Amino acid sequence: MTTLALRRTPLRRLGDLARADVLAAVGLVVLVLIVLAALLAPWIAPYPDDGGAATHPAEALLPPGGDHWFGTDQVGRDVLSRVLFGARTSLFIAAAVLVVAAVAGVALGVVAGYAGGWARDVIMRITDVFLAFPALLLSLALAVVLQPSVTTVVVAIAVTWWPWYARLTASVAASVGRRGYIDAARCLGVPAPLIIVRHVLPNSLTPVLVQLSLDGGGVILTAAALSYLGLGAHEPTAEWGLMVEQGQTLFTTDWWVVTFPGLAILVTAFAFNVLGEGLRASLDPHRRPR
Amino acid sequence: MTRSNPPDPSGLDEPSPSARTPGAGPGVRPGASPDSGGPGGRLCAEAVTLAYGRTTVVHEVGLTVEEGGVGLVGESGSGKTTLARALLGLLAPRSGRITYGGRDLAAMRRGERAGFRGAVQPVFQDGSDALDPRMRLGSSIAEALAAHHRLDRAARRARVAELLTDVGLDPELAARRPHEVSGGQRQRAAIARALAVEPRVLVLDEPTSALDVTVQARVLDLLEDLRAGRGLTYLLITHNLAVVDRLCRTCHVMFAGRVVESGPARELLTRPAHPYTLALRDAVPRIGGAPPRAAGRTDAVPAAEGCAFRLRCPLAVDRCRTQAPAPRPVQGRVVACHRAEEVLAGAARK
Repeated sequence: MTTLALRRTPLRRLGDLARADVLAAVGLVVLVLIVLAALLAPWIAPYPDDGGAATHPAEALLPPGGDHWFGTDQVGRDVLSRVLFGARTSLFIAAAVLVVAAVAGVALGVVAGYAGGWARDVIMRITDVFLAFPALLLSLALAVVLQPSVTTVVVAIAVTWWPWYARLTASVAASVGRRGYIDAARCLGVPAPLIIVRHVLPNSLTPVLVQLSLDGGGVILTAAALSYLGLGAHEPTAEWGLMVEQGQTLFTTDWWVVTFPGLAILVTAFAFNVLGEGLRASLDPHRRPR
Repeated sequence: MTRSNPPDPSGLDEPSPSARTPGAGPGVRPGASPDSGGPGGRLCAEAVTLAYGRTTVVHEVGLTVEEGGVGLVGESGSGKTTLARALLGLLAPRSGRITYGGRDLAAMRRGERAGFRGAVQPVFQDGSDALDPRMRLGSSIAEALAAHHRLDRAARRARVAELLTDVGLDPELAARRPHEVSGGQRQRAAIARALAVEPRVLVLDEPTSALDVTVQARVLDLLEDLRAGRGLTYLLITHNLAVVDRLCRTCHVMFAGRVVESGPARELLTRPAHPYTLALRDAVPRIGGAPPRAAGRTDAVPAAEGCAFRLRCPLAVDRCRTQAPAPRPVQGRVVACHRAEEVLAGAARK
């Protein structure tokens, strides 16, 4: 069952996983809902204009109720609408960071792992330099230097994230490189770049996929932290970290302004993590069947 | 993608495999004729020393893959697989050289090297490791075809079906992935991939060790048929002496990275002249026979000085401790043992 699951297509694999692991299935469903909410925000948000710069001073800080399920913020914008629009920002950042980090990291890692020798030494020493800095500190430093914006957040986080992918991929690619089918391809005279693309890369990707799903939550948290510190998204962009920052002083009197975006961060990060854990467990050949 | 290799040496797009002489393209081997041993020339190891990092695994081994088949036997860790990797050009010798058709592998230019690649192919022990788990069997074979021939899609597909049939597989299996077929079928598919480039020499590294006994027998039949039908030369690496007897005319016995005995396979296996060969032979269990004897004290590590085998050797004397035995001719074979004559006379047997 487990060994079979290894060889299924990713979609079938997700299906198997959902049946085997309830928590991971919940994570998957929640993520799908969040993605849908993000995509459909302009249509499902009760007050689409409130996702941007609209102000309604007369309706400021209304508590949750029939017209505003999540209440309204300091300038009278519907918090539910802003949470929905915030999903767009957060998921975009997460996707952009992970794509940039994974593409860069996997490309360098697969070359380092397969080639070995000086190529590996050079690439791995560079990743070591990046990994030597605390990730958030490096992101902060970069974000301070650049103009605060969503792009800044993406760049700042991706820079600290790719080395992990490089290191992971390098170790997997090194072990794939010792497999018989790689030797067979070399004996056929298949050029090295083709061996990497055709054999090493496809056989090294599984752990990367697991890592991607595990990292989704971390990126969203980091992005929220940067925005919270005023280094990322800024008004009037709806972004969960920024909303928490703006609402925190009101927590004792108007709790809803900070609570709902905070919950959104929590739920999304949690969903990524349980899905990632589930994927990891289902792909771990040493796991005992449950 | 299919063009990344040097053009067919015949200079024609016509894919007739028989028209192809590996390594004989224009500018590939200027003037020189192959030094015998078939049209592709001979595969030789000349005083080859191989090492991983600081660990020397093979010490100055010489070996020629001759017609009639060459067996390379020895226990795990004796260096036989490492030597095979070097002969396949997968591992550069620390010293000495690997030659094909008299040309040093390390000195070969691109075209020549492609000729070598097309002439010497491996078959590994485990088909599930030797075939990319994500590729359909047909694609793996097609990749081999694409590496050395320019064929269009339809021709390639037909050739894949032909190769599968040649190794006794249903062409329908081309659409399966390695884990969807049996171990014997995987091994046949791996053989088909090796044959796709029309090689002269197959390096068989424990080709049947991962298979059931009945499947082993059928794969051996296949290997015999293919050799007869295609004029292949085998280098067979194994610890199964019966397989050597069946497929090889010559046999080399390796111990601790050195060849300790070489000679005609049948003679060497029936009347060993080196105590290690004898021990290897007597370690094989036989139905109804005496219980097998371990090949000496197998827990003893190879000795660093003198004869490497002396700590496991029932005949070891003082001389074995001080003086490493040089290979010398003894009754039609080459043996590295001070007491080979006595072994032949039956001294090691009680």
